[in-house]
Amino acid sequence: MSTLKTYDLTWVKGSDFLYFIKHTLAIFVCKNCMPAIINVQNLSKQFGDIKAVNDLSFAVEKGEIYGFLGQNGAGKSTTIRMLLTLIAPTEGKIEILGMDLRKHRKEILTQTGAIIEKPDLYKYLTAMENLRLFAAMSGVKIQDKKYAEQLELVGLKERMHSKVKTFSQGMKQRLGLAIALIHDPQLIILDEPTNGLDPQGIADVRNLILHLSRDLGKTIFVSSHLLSEIEQIADSMLIIDKGKKMAEGKVSSLFDPADTIVELQTTNSTAAIKIIQQSQWKNALRENSNELIFLNIHRKEIPLLAKDLVSHDIGILSLYARHSLEDYFLTLTTSNRHVETFKN
Amino acid sequence: MWKLLKIELFKIFRRPRTYIAFAAIAAIIFLIQLAFYSDGEAFLQFGMQSLKETFDINGKILSGYMVCFIILQTLLIHVPLLIALVAGDTIAGEANMGTLRLLVTKPISRSQFMWTKFTATVIYTLLLLIFMAVLSLVVSIAVFGTSDLIIMKSDMVVILDNGDILWRYFAAFGFAAVAMITVASLAFLLSVFAENSIGPIVATMSIVILFTILTTMDIPLFNALKPFLFTNHMLNWKGFFEDPVNYKEVFKSLFVLVGHIIVFVFLAIVFSKKKDILS
Amino acid sequence: MKTIQFFITILTFQFISSICFAQGETELVNKVKAKLDKVNDYKAEGIMNIDVPFIKAAPSGVTIFYKKPLQFRVKKDGGISILPKGGVNVNLSSILAMGKYTVVPAGESVIGGGKVKVVKLLPEEENSSVVLATLYIDEVSLVIKKSIVTTRENGTYEMEMSYGKYNNWGLPDKVVFIFNLKDYKLPKGVTFEYESGEKKQSKTTSENKRGKVEIIYKSYLINKGIPDSVFKE
Repeated sequence: MSTLKTYDLTWVKGSDFLYFIKHTLAIFVCKNCMPAIINVQNLSKQFGDIKAVNDLSFAVEKGEIYGFLGQNGAGKSTTIRMLLTLIAPTEGKIEILGMDLRKHRKEILTQTGAIIEKPDLYKYLTAMENLRLFAAMSGVKIQDKKYAEQLELVGLKERMHSKVKTFSQGMKQRLGLAIALIHDPQLIILDEPTNGLDPQGIADVRNLILHLSRDLGKTIFVSSHLLSEIEQIADSMLIIDKGKKMAEGKVSSLFDPADTIVELQTTNSTAAIKIIQQSQWKNALRENSNELIFLNIHRKEIPLLAKDLVSHDIGILSLYARHSLEDYFLTLTTSNRHVETFKN
Repeated sequence: MWKLLKIELFKIFRRPRTYIAFAAIAAIIFLIQLAFYSDGEAFLQFGMQSLKETFDINGKILSGYMVCFIILQTLLIHVPLLIALVAGDTIAGEANMGTLRLLVTKPISRSQFMWTKFTATVIYTLLLLIFMAVLSLVVSIAVFGTSDLIIMKSDMVVILDNGDILWRYFAAFGFAAVAMITVASLAFLLSVFAENSIGPIVATMSIVILFTILTTMDIPLFNALKPFLFTNHMLNWKGFFEDPVNYKEVFKSLFVLVGHIIVFVFLAIVFSKKKDILS
Repeated sequence: MKTIQFFITILTFQFISSICFAQGETELVNKVKAKLDKVNDYKAEGIMNIDVPFIKAAPSGVTIFYKKPLQFRVKKDGGISILPKGGVNVNLSSILAMGKYTVVPAGESVIGGGKVKVVKLLPEEENSSVVLATLYIDEVSLVIKKSIVTTRENGTYEMEMSYGKYNNWGLPDKVVFIFNLKDYKLPKGVTFEYESGEKKQSKTTSENKRGKVEIIYKSYLINKGIPDSVFKE
């Protein structure tokens, strides 16, 4: 896909000329050597005494699906609102599509589509009217037939002339997606896009996101509390807690299926811990609480561990192996451990 | 901006709430016209008792012009409340519906967004005034005919010649439009600070009612405040029914009202640009 | 004795001369009445100006209808006419048609540079609405230049007349009615008033408790016939 198409020459003026030269040369020299689609540096937002976002920096590469994770109140929505100019940052810099957000807001938003929290629409208008209304404000000329196509894509073809007040939350979510995508934006920011959707709907959204990224080269910035969903679709991710970055990197490097967390419950946890400390797994031992023992070992070593404990007359009441991103996320955010940022 | 304006007008006139004001005005006007049709003569005779002690008054006193004048007197106290109903909902309503965050992420500047919203509100206000003018003046003339207009003040009676009245109504409605836009701009400003339209609507109504009370009460303590109250200047549409018209006073009031509009809208735009959209 | 005789002589002379003079004034009044009686009816177009402290009205075109002996009406086409109560309707002809009256000479005066005879009319009828009428008559043209009429119910009013081309008919070109006013006041709450910044009208003082209505007659249609319906409400 030609990347030159995405640049509207009308923004070239004055001091922006250098930007244009830089981008044009970059394109001709290396088609794939694009600056990050989103580049956030030292972003902070203070609401009175509360620092909702604290010195946050991250970058989103072109064409990737970037997962944005955090517990409720971690600062995800605040960050997304700053990316979309709903909130002004207290400090920091945001560049989107290689342009300073403060100076090129209009050009950036022309190429950005977004769902922010649950999409609220005009209840007294129909789905089609809502779609046309927001599309007309997108700054992009849209063919007439595209509206029906878009609604069909999100599964609302039969209800296009129904008033939104008759829609379920899931249907509103789909319509919100249609509105975010109607003007064919380069960057799509989705805040909890699967809210209110049934399992089939969640799967549909997942497939849509993958299609947009893999087939159409769109860059997707998605926040979700359904961590299992992020795990399945995201290329990179950022975890924040209390407004601070906890971890950032490729999903594949953050989660290693071989790097398993084992949750163990025995008949004698004190004796079990002593045995483990004298074994090959002494360094794999993690924090334990109550009667539970946590170890970080290779999945293949689980049977060996069990055998060793049993041979020392330690009864195993339960053994649970967790290796999903959820554990990583919970570990980070509940224990407040920082992991160094690394990228492959 | 015309495209955005069309969108805003589309939203306003697709919303059922918009038509409440039109229906209310139609109902009030109809009731007043009906009341005058059945008992107007008796009412006017009562009002002119003082004058009739010294004078014989012949001719048609109850005319369409008289009925329209009385309608304007009562309506221009109620219409501000109906204006606030839509104007107060301009920004706060969007915040309440959750659509504000969608609108502000579109590639239009906040200033342009606010100007478009305000212009749409002004158009709504003007349409409401035109509707009111047609019902109160045109229908009254059709039902009651025309004649000279007797205006009874507390210490003066003004009699305007039949042929010298119509232009005054056009001027008065034009002035009333500016007055109502002042109310709309106040509601618009208050709408920026709220995330629920009830707040700015009630706040605007409260300010208009309070200022109107201060304006109409003839108490020395409040008289010093009156020149600064926009509600006092809103009543100066009556200045066009003086003979001769005191253009200096009328244009002074017009200037004050336009000044209020500029200040309110300017503040609304300034605050909206700084405001974090959390809704 | 001589003094008494002198006074009796003086009084007798005055009595006789007053009778002679009264007879002269009566004849004058009758001549004026006869002149006015030539007019059976008229329809006149005119301009009416109201000069009353608490009324603001622009000069307006009016039509005046008269039919012998007492029917009188001022109408404004498509508008409202406002006239002092009672007084205007009692016009010149109706004053002289009020039945029997005693004519009392009251000397002479000057109005508009011309000499006029002053005559007082006292109605003989006890229930007459007019208590006293003082007429200032131009002997030469046999027209009433001014009248001061005191009525039983509507106080005293004056009429000043100017004559021109309808002098032969005894019909004036201009009539000014001057009459007493009562205070006018309405509660502000009823009138929805506002502070306009204008200085308040000065309250009617004893000096300006009188009002004026002026009618300038532009043309008369005399004795063309006027239906009675014109004078009905």
